[in-house]
Amino acid sequence: MKAAVLVFPGSNREGDVAQAIELVTGRRPAMVWHGDGDFETTDLIVVPGGFSYGDYLRCGAMAAQSPVMAEVRRRAARGVPVLGICNGFQIVTEAGLLPGVLMRNAHLKFVCSDVHLKVETSQSLFTNRYQAGQVIRVPVAHAEGNYFADAETLKRLEDRGQVAFRYCAPDGTVDGSGNPNGSINNIAGIFNETKTVLGLMPHPENAVEPMFGGSDGKGLFEGMVEALS
Amino acid sequence: MTIAKEKNPPVKLPNEPTITPQIVAEHGLAPDEYERLLKIMGRTPTMVELGIFSAMWSEHCSYKSSKVWLKKLPTRAPWVIQGPGENAGVIDIGDGQAAVFKMESHNHPSYIEPYQGAATGVGGILRDVFTMGARPVANLNALRFGDPAHPKTRHLVSGVVAGIGGYGNCMGIPTVGGETNFHAAYNGNILVNAMTVGIAPTDRIFYAAAAGIGNPLVYVGSKTGRDGIHGATMSSTEFNEDSESKRPTVQVGDPFVEKLLLEACLELMATDAIVAIQDMGAAGLTSSSFEMAAKGGLGVIVELDKVPMRETGMNPYELMLSESQERMLIVLKPGREEMARRIFEKWELDFAVIGHLTDTERMVLSWHGEVVANIPIPPLVTEAPMYERPWTLTPLPAVLDAAKVPAPQDHKAALLRLMGCPDLASKAWIWKQYDHLIMGNTAIRPQDGDAALVRVPGGHKGLAMTSDCTPRYVQAHPETGGRQAVAEAWRNITATGARPLAVTDNMNFGNPTKPEIMGQFAGAIMGMAEACAALDFPVVSGNVSLYNETEGRPILPTPTIGAVGVIEDIAKAVGSRLTQAGLALVLLGETTGWLGQSLYLREICGREEGAPPPVDLAVERRNGDFVRGEILAGRIAACHDLSDGGLLVGLAEMCLAGGTGASVKLPATATAAHAFLYGEDQGRYLVATDDGAALLAAAAAAGVPAALLGYAGGQALAVEGLLALPLGQLRAVHEAWLPDYMNSAA
Repeated sequence: MKAAVLVFPGSNREGDVAQAIELVTGRRPAMVWHGDGDFETTDLIVVPGGFSYGDYLRCGAMAAQSPVMAEVRRRAARGVPVLGICNGFQIVTEAGLLPGVLMRNAHLKFVCSDVHLKVETSQSLFTNRYQAGQVIRVPVAHAEGNYFADAETLKRLEDRGQVAFRYCAPDGTVDGSGNPNGSINNIAGIFNETKTVLGLMPHPENAVEPMFGGSDGKGLFEGMVEALS
Repeated sequence: MTIAKEKNPPVKLPNEPTITPQIVAEHGLAPDEYERLLKIMGRTPTMVELGIFSAMWSEHCSYKSSKVWLKKLPTRAPWVIQGPGENAGVIDIGDGQAAVFKMESHNHPSYIEPYQGAATGVGGILRDVFTMGARPVANLNALRFGDPAHPKTRHLVSGVVAGIGGYGNCMGIPTVGGETNFHAAYNGNILVNAMTVGIAPTDRIFYAAAAGIGNPLVYVGSKTGRDGIHGATMSSTEFNEDSESKRPTVQVGDPFVEKLLLEACLELMATDAIVAIQDMGAAGLTSSSFEMAAKGGLGVIVELDKVPMRETGMNPYELMLSESQERMLIVLKPGREEMARRIFEKWELDFAVIGHLTDTERMVLSWHGEVVANIPIPPLVTEAPMYERPWTLTPLPAVLDAAKVPAPQDHKAALLRLMGCPDLASKAWIWKQYDHLIMGNTAIRPQDGDAALVRVPGGHKGLAMTSDCTPRYVQAHPETGGRQAVAEAWRNITATGARPLAVTDNMNFGNPTKPEIMGQFAGAIMGMAEACAALDFPVVSGNVSLYNETEGRPILPTPTIGAVGVIEDIAKAVGSRLTQAGLALVLLGETTGWLGQSLYLREICGREEGAPPPVDLAVERRNGDFVRGEILAGRIAACHDLSDGGLLVGLAEMCLAGGTGASVKLPATATAAHAFLYGEDQGRYLVATDDGAALLAAAAAAGVPAALLGYAGGQALAVEGLLALPLGQLRAVHEAWLPDYMNSAA
């Protein structure tokens, strides 16, 4: 699997995701600077976490307008898989690749903590290594992860199985106790209609080694390798 | 600008006031210090020159009250690459890698404007570390707030924590550890001590000493604005009720720009273009340009009109004394300007050649072609005021007889009270607002061990790091307290299995012109020096913050110790989490039941008295070396040093961290039960092992007192005959206090 990781001014988890990809594929992904409107063809484009453009204006809003994102939109339309994590989720949402919006956490504070996620489907190139209903433990680290969509959009997402992950309790119960940010329907991550774009707030890239936060996130990268190699 | 013109006396600027005794006093210079200035200059200074002397001779920049004492600290060891005097200390951690670290205070600004004060404290210490060529890998912070009941405390906690998180999170550096205490003595002067640890190749360390006559002086980073003017002078005086009118002296931070500056600087450092580099921290352009020239034995010409400015109408005085953040000064090799410019422009940062080095040993400032300041550099350093202030040592209080301290009526209630008191209650509300996992190298998280443990990128080594001080011990007896702060830091590193290597000290004290305060400082240094020497634990960097007083009331003396250690194989490290039923719980070290200055005495009996627990450094070393050896040999599963609250609190913390209960019973030899359970004797560890008998035998062979107390298991903490407490109840009390406090109406 050949991957490209985008780098914006203020990105800061690009190294973490590159490390996770390298751990799984044995191959360092290409790091692509935001000003590059054209970059080499890859099997996967990753929009990493961080504070692109300082989160000024609105998280992800400025990065969504950069030359590299115009190219990402073109490639996504052709079916190239795109993974947006945390600030990357905010960016791909601002860029119109996914519906909805990420608002300030309900408690108004930044939150860094392990959370439990319920995997909603194994039927995607991102989640094929997990079982539907499986509970995994990965960290979150964000101040604006409170996913919201209007009732109509939400119904469409739910009806078409576009919810990828939901926050849950350790036993898999989906209720307020496991939700770190107040997101609607406990949504932690969503797909586009073709399930070739995944945006999620949690950081599977920080859960790939047992000594350093557990390895429940590794399946996401292994699944992509299986689907895209 | 010609050298001939350099010799001219400076011109007076339009609207420049005449220097009067009042203006001198407003600049924080004592009359005799101004006399000294006149002698050096041989004439009346211009306002710019007066401002420069004022900043350079401020307590904050000159260490004039503390220098004679700081010299007494041990600073050398074979692994020390750079001791105090640079932007940060540097130690060799093997494999061609160095750890670069320092702790620094931002106390006064954080009290005046908590969010920006704390944020720029983090920004400043990060710059100190990456200035030396290191990529920061971890942040820590030591916070002291006033009485929770004080009307300002909640607002200060909220702002400081948000500020630290706001800056560190955006920079993408994990904040992995620290400590937070509350005491009424900090009501008017909170302490915000921030520490950064970075990693650099040992052969790529960058220093501040300028070299090469004619080499260009380059300004990079943010533009200069009017914020933070006279911050260094403000930080060198006591507070009074007008202090909040000093808010404009607090700097405003932009972590996004600092992130760009970090990446741009590291990119430039990967080339061979840099001769010297210095961040603009306290006293901004003044101290950075001055120190670079002074350390290199050279002169410097700065053309101030070339400094990138954020607002129009700024004058030389403001430019020299602004403490605008996210700026660096670099001396480049000749001819590298354009290559360097391209790097900074890529990162959308300002880049300007603002001057060059000379052989005159003078600092000459020009403004649109006219000289506005012309100061000889060496005398400003060599003739700087240095005070041997009178000092009175605090006498050792009488030892409190444990028999005179009542036992609790109910041990369960006492333990719950302790675990829910502000100093011991869980600080998760704080550290969950800090990204402590970014970079993917955090092996021991906050609350899971005595020290944080972070993998060194690209290998199997780990760096253990901690910050420690027990101000109530220092207040009671500064020598003992200084010794204890160093010993506890050493013990915390040891408890992970890492080898303690070096220390950074952040000395927070009151007004040094009072002999009893200076005596606290002197006593703490004596204790620290003794402990650092005995434990081979040199001081490699540090910071002094004096005048932490409001309306004449000083803080508790607080010499915060930041420490770093290394473990070769991070897989061998242990935390304090008790996760496995059946493990034997062994107490290592001697317990006499020392209740003087204990939290039990303060929280349960409402008394703060007696001598603090003594620290026997030979015993400390013997016990610690034994524990570390057993951890590295794989015979210990979890380890916790015993400090605040004593044995029972330590055991409760291990149970909560790992979600496993324990049943113990007091040894037959124990002193009174409450003294045994809550005494704060030093040099002790509580460890969990799967072979208790073997550990007892090994301890006996090493001469380390050891006692098997019981076993891990179940979902309750039980002490035979004294208490049985479900972990759920303990956890609820432990975790509730801080969120409840922060969420309650003022």
